[in-house]
Amino acid sequence: MDKRLLLMMLLAVVPASGFAAGGGAPLDSANVNVADTAALQRGAAYYVNNCLGCHSLEYVRYNRLADDLGLTEDQVTENLMYTGERIHDTMTVAMPADDSSVWFGRTPPDLSLVARSRGEDWIYTFLKSFYVDPSKPTGANNTVLVGASMPHVLWEQQGLQRAIFHEEIDEAGNPHTEFEGFELVSAGSMSPEAFDRMIRDIVTFLSYAGEPMQLERQRLGVKVLLFLLVFFVLAFLLKKEIWKDVK
Amino acid sequence: MSSTENEIGRPGGVANGLWGWLNKRFPAESILNDHITDYYASKSLNWWYVFGSIAMLVLVIQLVTGLFLTMSYKPSSAEAFASVEYIMRDVEWGWLIRYLHSTGASLFFVVVYLHMFRGLLYGSYKKPRELVWIFGMLIYMALAAEAFFGYLLPWGQMSYWGAQVIVSLFGAIPFLGESLVEWIRGDFFISDITLNRFFALHVIALPLVLIMLVAAHILALHEVGSTSPDGIEIKERKGPDGKPVDGIAFHPYHTAKDLVAWTAFFFVFLAIVFFAPEMGGYFLEHANFERADPLKTPEHIAPVWYFTPFYAILRAVPDKLMGVIMMGAAMVFLFFLPWLDRSPVKSIRLRGWMFKLALTLFVISFIALGYLGTQPATTVYTWFARLFTAIYFLFFILMPWYTKMDPVKPIPERVAYHG
Amino acid sequence: MSEDVDRSRRHFLGVATGVAGAAGAAFAVYPFLASWKPSARAQALGAPVEVDISRLEPGELVKVEWRGKPVWVLNRTEDMMGYAEKARAEDLLRDPDSEAPQQPEYAANETRSIRPDILVVVGSCTHLGCSPTERFEVAPADLGPDWFGGFFCPCHGSKFDLAGRVYKGVPAPLNLAVPPHRYVNDDVILIGADSGVA
Repeated sequence: MDKRLLLMMLLAVVPASGFAAGGGAPLDSANVNVADTAALQRGAAYYVNNCLGCHSLEYVRYNRLADDLGLTEDQVTENLMYTGERIHDTMTVAMPADDSSVWFGRTPPDLSLVARSRGEDWIYTFLKSFYVDPSKPTGANNTVLVGASMPHVLWEQQGLQRAIFHEEIDEAGNPHTEFEGFELVSAGSMSPEAFDRMIRDIVTFLSYAGEPMQLERQRLGVKVLLFLLVFFVLAFLLKKEIWKDVK
Repeated sequence: MSSTENEIGRPGGVANGLWGWLNKRFPAESILNDHITDYYASKSLNWWYVFGSIAMLVLVIQLVTGLFLTMSYKPSSAEAFASVEYIMRDVEWGWLIRYLHSTGASLFFVVVYLHMFRGLLYGSYKKPRELVWIFGMLIYMALAAEAFFGYLLPWGQMSYWGAQVIVSLFGAIPFLGESLVEWIRGDFFISDITLNRFFALHVIALPLVLIMLVAAHILALHEVGSTSPDGIEIKERKGPDGKPVDGIAFHPYHTAKDLVAWTAFFFVFLAIVFFAPEMGGYFLEHANFERADPLKTPEHIAPVWYFTPFYAILRAVPDKLMGVIMMGAAMVFLFFLPWLDRSPVKSIRLRGWMFKLALTLFVISFIALGYLGTQPATTVYTWFARLFTAIYFLFFILMPWYTKMDPVKPIPERVAYHG
Repeated sequence: MSEDVDRSRRHFLGVATGVAGAAGAAFAVYPFLASWKPSARAQALGAPVEVDISRLEPGELVKVEWRGKPVWVLNRTEDMMGYAEKARAEDLLRDPDSEAPQQPEYAANETRSIRPDILVVVGSCTHLGCSPTERFEVAPADLGPDWFGGFFCPCHGSKFDLAGRVYKGVPAPLNLAVPPHRYVNDDVILIGADSGVA
């Protein structure tokens, strides 16, 4: 075998582990529980107050939300609906897509399925990774989505943070910047713990929104599999019984 | 068997009543006898032999769930993606029907691959079963086409770019290529028009082809009879009643066994449906939860797992046309298996070390290529893909020699069955 | 079949597997049948409809669509209510006292309405579903002297009075249906819901 190939086989492990993360910054684990109704209710309220202005959930209906979050339709109407929608409607935004496209450079995406396309950990890390960057038109940048067109919406709650980078030379001798961590520049209205909980609540809610039937699916699954176990025993005994004929 | 039981217990001892009336006009009883009650198969069939009937079960599941999905799905580029979410959220139980269909598609390939591997283990393609094997290969090709057309329908990013890449493969054909690609798409890019025709092919044309091929596959099989893992032909030794002495009736014996296998299959199938419908992004890819965007390719695109072995072969070849040819050849070689294998025996139990080694290497290469097809094409991975591609083809190319030279065991007189 | 087979055991296992299998199949069929029920979107589109009657003049009719059906809201004048009473008094109606269940409890009265002046009915003929036209004039040439104003179905000539009650001797068997509705306030009627939130 040629020496070059052998060398590359030894190096194979390195890129393999790097690509698993999808090429971006490493993500923190969101570790949320969709069965936590209180977190879902808080998350829904945070979402409506902070995100729904720009990001629709065009497949989520308010009345379904009421059912799944253990709220009455009146509670949803009073606390989560502001722009005169009706309880059967989906969670759309009032802002015309053309305007937002001009204001932000692109239309803010619908987030109904973001927990399934990007993943919970991605949303969690993304929302915590805005840092001050005066070179950007929004005044902020993001380590997870570099050059994000979304401004740092939750800066009042989180406060402002600075990203610390340093220069590094990799094995191949090429310099590149390595991200080290964040440093809080000015405190926000929430403690870091409270802010973290708020983000987790939003992620919990988005995970629910991505697949509202997920808890129902798992509950039903347990019953179905138990039935199949019983049926398997019956079918197996029947087969053994019938095969007694075969000598 | 007593005469009373014959009259009551099974259809047709006495040809009278409604059953008699029917049978004078339609061969219901003889069809039942030929294919169910009087079809004899070896009593030594092991659990490798259940995947054929499981594959039929999956076909039925796909037909029924697919039918119900078409009732709410909209085959237009403007509405397709939203209509899938409509099924998932607004249609009562729509999520279950959709997950059954998406999981069923992947498990269809799992089952068919295992079924084909059984064929390799026990020489099911060898004379006189060449046509059974060829019909089976045609089913596999039709299934691949069916899966490919179906994958565009959710109109997600992977749907779109997967179709884009695979349709572009036809562009490799000299002279005709570009116009052929345009003709397939019916447009200058994968568009509403493409989606609409893929939908028609997915829900009408290919299901019909599949059903007819499955019928041909089973008729051909029942003409020549099933193999047995012992490597003998049970038809060669018949008792005084004219039935093979080592055979047992398909019903009730093999049906009772298949029922157990079906239940086990349902357990695995529904465990995935209810607890891991995305299967870690292999059955439902993450990027496919984003609506198709012709202006933005996802960072890393790979076909669904069941095509990745062939995709890895395609990428391993540095020339576009040669890559396409090699990928096609990887499937076409399988058709010629009955004539490439020169061994006097069928079953793996009677084969020598050469075939066993070759088959092991072949299976390892197939799985390895499948893995590599899901990974980004780094230099190292490409070299590995080339190595396994070479093994994959050598399995076929060298087959006439190693199967002939292989030290085989003698074919036994009777099957070994120990209750 | 050999002699040492325990027939009752075999029979029991066969029946048990069959019954369990049939039960499983029934459960499996259910989701497919249930998927035909009106979906969440159909229910959203069929949600109750609000009608503002603050600017509905006496004698004026407004038509709104609810669940694919025309719903009429008619502001009856004093005269119109009088004429409706006349048709009833002259024994021209098939079901003058609204005994057939063609209206909710709260509209099973003399005017077939919650408020005496405001009539809310589904404007599709109880014969074969055509939509009758409004003919509020009294005793026109084509409808004869017994006509006190009401609704006339052009398809098969069924007649209804100004409370949606069917005339005798026409093909339609029943009075026009009154949909479930309620007053959100004096000026707004909600059609399609009589209790609960909008």
